[in-house]
Amino acid sequence: MAEARAPTLDRPELPELDQESISLGMWIFLASEVMFFGALFAAYIIYRNAYPQVFAEASRQLNVWIGGVNTGLLLTSSLTVALAVNAAQLGKRKLLIAFLLLTIVLGLIFLGLKGLEYSQEFEENLFPGRNFIYPGPEPEKARLFFSLYFTMTGLHALHMLAGLLTFSIIVLLAWRKKITQENYISVELAGLFWHFVDIVWIFLFPLLYLIGRT
Amino acid sequence: MSTIALDRYRQNYLNISYTAKSWLLSTDHKRIGILYMISITLFFFLGGIAAVLFRLELLTPQADLVKAETYNKLFTLHGVIMVWFFLIPSIPSVLGNFLIPLMIGAREVAFPRLNLVGWYLFMLGGLFTFVVLITGGVDTGWTFYTPYSSSFSNSAVVATIFGVFITGFSSIFTGLNFIVTIHKLRAPGMKWSRLPLFIWSHYATSLILVLATPVLAITLGLIAIERVFGVGIFDPALGGDPVLFEHFFWFYSHPAVYIMILPGMGVTSEIIAAFTRRRIFGYTFVAMASLAIAIIGFLVWGHHIFVGGQSAYASAVFSGLSYMVAIPSAVKVFNWTATLYKGSISFDTPMLYALGFIWLFTIGGLTGLFVASLAIDVHVHDTYFVIAHFHYIMVGASVMAYLGGIHYWWPKLSGRMYPEGWGRAAALLIFFGFNLTFFPQFLLGYMGMPRRYHVYAEEFQVLNVMSTAGASILAVGYLLPLAYLLWSLRTGSIAIPSPWGASGLEWQTGSPPPMENFEEIPIVTEEAYTYRPESS
Amino acid sequence: MVDLPIFPIEASTIAIHVDLLLTGLVAISTVFTLIVLVLMVYFGLKYRRGKTADRSNPPLASTKIELAWIFGLILLSVGAYTWATVIFFNMNRPPEETIDISVVGLQWMWKFQHADGQREINELHVPVGYPVRLVMTSQDVIHSFFVPAFRLKNDVIPGRYTELWFEATKTGEFHLFCAEYCGTNHAEMIGKIIVMDPRAYQEWLGGQPGGVSMVQAGEELFTELGCSSCHVAGAGVRAPTLAGMFGSEVRLASGETVVADEAYIRESILFPQEKIVTGYDPIMPSYQGRVSEEQIMQLIAYIRSLSGETGPEGGEDENQ
Repeated sequence: MAEARAPTLDRPELPELDQESISLGMWIFLASEVMFFGALFAAYIIYRNAYPQVFAEASRQLNVWIGGVNTGLLLTSSLTVALAVNAAQLGKRKLLIAFLLLTIVLGLIFLGLKGLEYSQEFEENLFPGRNFIYPGPEPEKARLFFSLYFTMTGLHALHMLAGLLTFSIIVLLAWRKKITQENYISVELAGLFWHFVDIVWIFLFPLLYLIGRT
Repeated sequence: MSTIALDRYRQNYLNISYTAKSWLLSTDHKRIGILYMISITLFFFLGGIAAVLFRLELLTPQADLVKAETYNKLFTLHGVIMVWFFLIPSIPSVLGNFLIPLMIGAREVAFPRLNLVGWYLFMLGGLFTFVVLITGGVDTGWTFYTPYSSSFSNSAVVATIFGVFITGFSSIFTGLNFIVTIHKLRAPGMKWSRLPLFIWSHYATSLILVLATPVLAITLGLIAIERVFGVGIFDPALGGDPVLFEHFFWFYSHPAVYIMILPGMGVTSEIIAAFTRRRIFGYTFVAMASLAIAIIGFLVWGHHIFVGGQSAYASAVFSGLSYMVAIPSAVKVFNWTATLYKGSISFDTPMLYALGFIWLFTIGGLTGLFVASLAIDVHVHDTYFVIAHFHYIMVGASVMAYLGGIHYWWPKLSGRMYPEGWGRAAALLIFFGFNLTFFPQFLLGYMGMPRRYHVYAEEFQVLNVMSTAGASILAVGYLLPLAYLLWSLRTGSIAIPSPWGASGLEWQTGSPPPMENFEEIPIVTEEAYTYRPESS
Repeated sequence: MVDLPIFPIEASTIAIHVDLLLTGLVAISTVFTLIVLVLMVYFGLKYRRGKTADRSNPPLASTKIELAWIFGLILLSVGAYTWATVIFFNMNRPPEETIDISVVGLQWMWKFQHADGQREINELHVPVGYPVRLVMTSQDVIHSFFVPAFRLKNDVIPGRYTELWFEATKTGEFHLFCAEYCGTNHAEMIGKIIVMDPRAYQEWLGGQPGGVSMVQAGEELFTELGCSSCHVAGAGVRAPTLAGMFGSEVRLASGETVVADEAYIRESILFPQEKIVTGYDPIMPSYQGRVSEEQIMQLIAYIRSLSGETGPEGGEDENQ
């Protein structure tokens, strides 16, 4: 029995509505993501206000150099993403793939450095698990800082991973000539998501790394 | 009539395929609505059994049926299941999914595959919760207050949180889908000002679903992190703040209660219009009231913390805002009542539910003002008064709206009519049982009986017995529709496309609708609820 | 006010106000609910389908009526809100002279300490007609101190102090319930408030097994724990003097100013690094884990006494 399928994305009735629909859907999804990260930011800001000294001291334990380099990498990757979207718009397939690959490389370096940073922090017993040791005063409050730090950067890293995976899939699609000048919405939306991830980092970095260093 | 006989064999979304695969992998919004309907019914009865057990325990002041620990697990699971696995999905995921595309003249929702993913996430979360249920339960209360939940409870807190976390994504995706669908897939001529009020209330609900649920996810996630890694995010012994948890939790959970009532208001508007054969009085005000409730609803969470260590000034602000959020609801009640004026009123089962909704919602909403009043809340907070208040809204209003909607659209969903006599009898039984269960609880609360007590002072017994008696009647009342609705699938009379003569695009296609909803996308030229004047 | 069987007895000065407010709200609610019911029934019957009636030109909307309705609701709301909020602020402002009692809630009992050192578990004796102020904290999870007869309740939270004041108006025994779910035996964390007439109360106080007053106990701890080696004039180490400090405004190193109340002292004992007084080094050690909540309350009572606050009646007067 052949199923009469309701119109779906690959068989739209009114193509232009679908492009806008998906775009709107992504914006709404990003709104929910803002609330997601927003809750963590709120918790962080509230505790930072309650324990300014301890948080500043704990923040100084973070590796601001890695953090800084990562910020630069991420900002650059947003540029490469924008260039990729532009290439897709102009129908330049090879350029699109090149910029997407560049973005993925930059993202992977970010994650690699982040992993390095995490392992450094594990070694210094700063991960808020069983082996947490903190040299300064009020270790429980410092532990609070670190649990928020790991949660926020961890969640961010997961989102980056999701973004990089998406870009990899798009690279494959572009290679197989499935991305055209008429239909490059996947690139646009992945780009949108990546810019969001970037913006989250732009707030994360100063709040977590720079508060103790004036 | 031959057209009706042919109708029976006409291809529709139900008979197009009977395989399990066609149901479990369906991206048809109508089938997904039915999948949700079956799942939430199962959860409703699970949560209901928990309630029966603890209401039986409460027949006597002593602990004779279950011990304290079990009792605590019963009320926790009752709350967790009823809130997240029944009420929040009920109208939106069942009726919303089924009807929104039909009402706006579309063939599908914007993201059909996302819709199916949502149902699977819902079921996965439900599975976690079910496993928790059979492996020992959780005893923190559905509100998970810290540090009890984060550092003291020995029950399956993390597993329960996992379940709720995963199901939360189902909420977010549903809301996202609805918003895009309503924005982008309206039929030609279906302007915003012509949308049925059901659509307006689901739009407002979707805003809350998308924006509030992530906050819950993070809040519960932080408790899980506390438990697993021993950090002190909300534990004062480790520098955390337990009241901060309350703020985060209620920032989601207060808007969540509007997720639980707004769709019911939408259903009520549809039923009142259909059974008075009139446009709802003050359409624009009712539509805007839905949005107002959603927006103001985000600003009142502190009213759960009046005696929780919040500053008196903050409490005063939250109290004032809580009064404000009641006003759009009062506007709706006024408008529904005014719609009856010069209408042509018929008291079929859906109308009985809708009228019951209005009256019980009025009582529930007014008692909301009692608890919003600072001086009274000091006394009644955490007593049975609050329990009575929210059950008047969540059960007296929301569940009755759900049942009313199921009956009203049953011909559309199933192609059959339910037996009207049984329908009315069940509605009246539910109304009576409900009031007997919960009205005494207002009195119990003011007398001072606290919540979550399995043993209580002697003087509270009489009212508790009344409440349990009501609960048993209510339970029978709920079993009736389950029975006769299922029975009607076999023996109910075949439904015509528009058995109530109601306006609305969903009635302009077959009962049940074809897979693609409409043979031709309708073109809308009229306002909503346009009825030809009746001859007197 | 008549003691209706469905109301708990009114046993505090505030109870009657709460009951009056409730009655007012019940009256308004009943009126509205009846109006809705009557209209539903009346319209339902008059305009029943098939019945002859004038259904011409049903009104579809009326902005005027809607706005009038909203405006009327706002007026009513402001009235009810103001009434309730005024009573609430009264509940939050204890009078100047109170009998202070410290309360520690823990799973699953209530521990009380009178100023003169009398201790009680799950029962609290107080005199009728005197304002009593409870300073409360929890040792473990959140509890809530609830006396239905007084119409009063406040959460009892670990890590901070909350307050509740009342003036009992009737002698007798009244229920005390824990009103915040706190674990397995939450329902059994109950007790009694025993209100006595003042003379009986004095006798009761005198008849309790010998206890050191809170101020005295605090003073002993003050020496025992080494506080006096810094916080006394002439001590070797520079530390803020505590005489006259309680209740005054303190300038902190961060620039902000705080009031030196119970919560401030508790924090300074447990987390001394948080609020360093301006001009002093952050060298005070933390006493976390070395003092119980009850001991902290005793220390606070002593420090209060250094500011000339005579505090509780009926006990030894601590001369300044």
